[in-house]
Amino acid sequence: MHELGNRSPTRVPMPEQDPAARIHNFLEVPLGYTPDQAQEEARRCLRCKRPLCVLGCPVGIDIPAFVALVAEGKFVEAAQKIKETNCLPAVCGRVCPQETQCEQRCVLGKKGEPVAIGRLERFAADFQRQHAAADLPPKAPPTGKRVAVVGSGPAGLTVAGDLVLLGHEVTIFEAFHKPGGVLMYGIPEFRLPKAIVEEEVNYLCRLGVRLELNQVIGKSITVDELFEQEGYHAVFLGVGAGLPAFMGIPGENLGGVYSANEYLTRSNLMRAYAFPEYDTPIVRGRRVCVVGGGNVAMDAARTARRLGAEEVVILYRRSRDEMPARAEEIHHAEEEGVIFRLLCAPVEYLGDENRRVHAVRCQEMELGEPDASGRRRPIPKPGAQFLLPCDLVIVAIGSGPNPILTHHTPGLELNRRGYIAITETGRTSRRGVWAGGDIVTGSATVILAMGAGKTAARDMHTWLTQGDGSWQGPRAGG
Amino acid sequence: MSRILEKRELVPRIFEYRVAAPRIARKAQPGHFVIVMADERGERIPLTIADFDRSAGTITLVMMVVGTSTMKLSRLGAGDCFYALIGPLGRPSEVQRFDTVLMVAGGVGAAPVFPIARAFRDLGSRVVTIQGARTSQLLFWTDRLASVSDLHLVTTDDGSAGRPGLVTQPLADLLQQDGGRHIGCVYAIGPAMMMKACCEVTRPLGVKTVVSLNTVMVDGTGMCGGCRVNLQGQTRFTCSDGPEFDGHLIDWDEVLGRQKTYVHEERCSLERYIAQYGPCQTESPA
Repeated sequence: MHELGNRSPTRVPMPEQDPAARIHNFLEVPLGYTPDQAQEEARRCLRCKRPLCVLGCPVGIDIPAFVALVAEGKFVEAAQKIKETNCLPAVCGRVCPQETQCEQRCVLGKKGEPVAIGRLERFAADFQRQHAAADLPPKAPPTGKRVAVVGSGPAGLTVAGDLVLLGHEVTIFEAFHKPGGVLMYGIPEFRLPKAIVEEEVNYLCRLGVRLELNQVIGKSITVDELFEQEGYHAVFLGVGAGLPAFMGIPGENLGGVYSANEYLTRSNLMRAYAFPEYDTPIVRGRRVCVVGGGNVAMDAARTARRLGAEEVVILYRRSRDEMPARAEEIHHAEEEGVIFRLLCAPVEYLGDENRRVHAVRCQEMELGEPDASGRRRPIPKPGAQFLLPCDLVIVAIGSGPNPILTHHTPGLELNRRGYIAITETGRTSRRGVWAGGDIVTGSATVILAMGAGKTAARDMHTWLTQGDGSWQGPRAGG
Repeated sequence: MSRILEKRELVPRIFEYRVAAPRIARKAQPGHFVIVMADERGERIPLTIADFDRSAGTITLVMMVVGTSTMKLSRLGAGDCFYALIGPLGRPSEVQRFDTVLMVAGGVGAAPVFPIARAFRDLGSRVVTIQGARTSQLLFWTDRLASVSDLHLVTTDDGSAGRPGLVTQPLADLLQQDGGRHIGCVYAIGPAMMMKACCEVTRPLGVKTVVSLNTVMVDGTGMCGGCRVNLQGQTRFTCSDGPEFDGHLIDWDEVLGRQKTYVHEERCSLERYIAQYGPCQTESPA
């Protein structure tokens, strides 16, 4: 045990913006540790001989090593240690659900609070960004192989970062005018500042990754053309799950009813929260209804609050225990005055004479037997409906696979639900084409996408440099 | 890329751009559109690809100034680049050989009609085009449309050129004269009210009518649903399932309603822009 170890069973508290103040701005809520706070927290780590935390990390960061460096005050080295495995530490430190991953395994969690690994990751990454021009890690000699990465979200950025260091020539193709994927359009500024995303992408560009924005693969160029006309040797598909889900209930097309994708893209990517300084408008509802219980629903609700809503209600058809959102996000939303109407689902939206939504008819639910997801199935309570007045509705019930790329890529096997079928190492049914992230799994997390990116990149490198060119795709029906 | 090679004002407030965009030009088909941004703070707005030159690597866009975004775009000229230009988006027009095709172009709709009319002509269809505008001063590309039509009729609301009145009158007359013998399909592209009115003329006659919707859009790739329309109970996205749809299946009242979602914001934005930068810089047409 470290002599200067911190025996406190509780973690160093994270300073946060006060809820009453923060609902009027888009600045981050957790303010970050100071160097002293970070060292104090890092010294709680027991330096276990068999660190369980590492097993909980989808990309296998050497957590004890970076935490030890923080404890010793070597903050830049700590960031570099993380970057050996995870090229987006400033992002992951903010958005990873550490409480179900590394921190859940921490032995300190048995009797007290686990080491605040996520907060330390964020601290190290932020410190390096603010104080040191990151030394570029050494790159392997050029392999002469060209790789096309489709999508600049977490999966694509990870593949690009890993392969460029291995000496390959990498180009990322991004459909939007700004890179980052969900990091840019999905997660709000107050959870993940866009300047950080841009900085992380700039780091990759300094490593030599080329970035082509405003290219929709499948439309301006197809995957076939990437091979045949543009000379790429391998392609990674990380296009995400960008197809908004609607419920198909009456009134869903009324003015003022948004998918969460649209609402968040307007606010986050197009900066509609700064309208009219930015030209894209967004409906600023006074009484807002958000449908759904995941992180996206929390993001939408908290954004609406910041855009001046007097009342924001989350409708979720199951109970609190079944909500998929991170506990921290639910907690922040509650602190900000978001109201939770649990065991409630919308059945109809009602509009005024201008076809704008002005109320939701809600159905009260109760929980029955578990369904396929293992969660108890919501069943409507007979005769229990009520009207909720609202002038803005955000439907945040999930996303599916956007078919633009898959429809224009012949021979790319999909599963029943339209996601790309892959092997354990990310290979698709098309020779030389890998896939990973939400376009494979359905909407999941940033870190899982990164893990998929790492797995694919490893296999891509092997195939490009040592492979005999043969290809084994996913088994039929996989 | 996305450099503007040529720009001219066709009629007051309607501008034509020829843009260097080799990848888009190679893939462009009639019916396709692009999304453009004037600058980093701009909106993403759709513009139909009115023409394309694959060997020169250029596309032609026609744009009418209505609000802040189109004002900003109208101030870009030859040598300038769009901040963003994405395409080709949407599903291309389903062009097949009909005996006769009736193309109805309302206002700035003349631009998207042009490449579709040409494609029908190239397949051997007889093309009859009705081109309407509010007044003669606002008619553009009349020679171009005439060059791809076997018969080209003009209407103006105020009677200053061609036949006085709306496009729906000659549409009704031609359909009646035809008696269902030769006209296999009607295309109607222009303001939503005009497209709706054309559909009401063709509906009792059961003539297939294709419209091209110009809904509000953000991404243009089917990821947000902002452009969604109701086609007889089925939700479709204008950007990825359209922009062309069977006009008889569309809930037009819903389309018109959704178009008004940001009327208040659009007005505020435009007033602010004009206060800062002045009104639309329009010269007299050459």
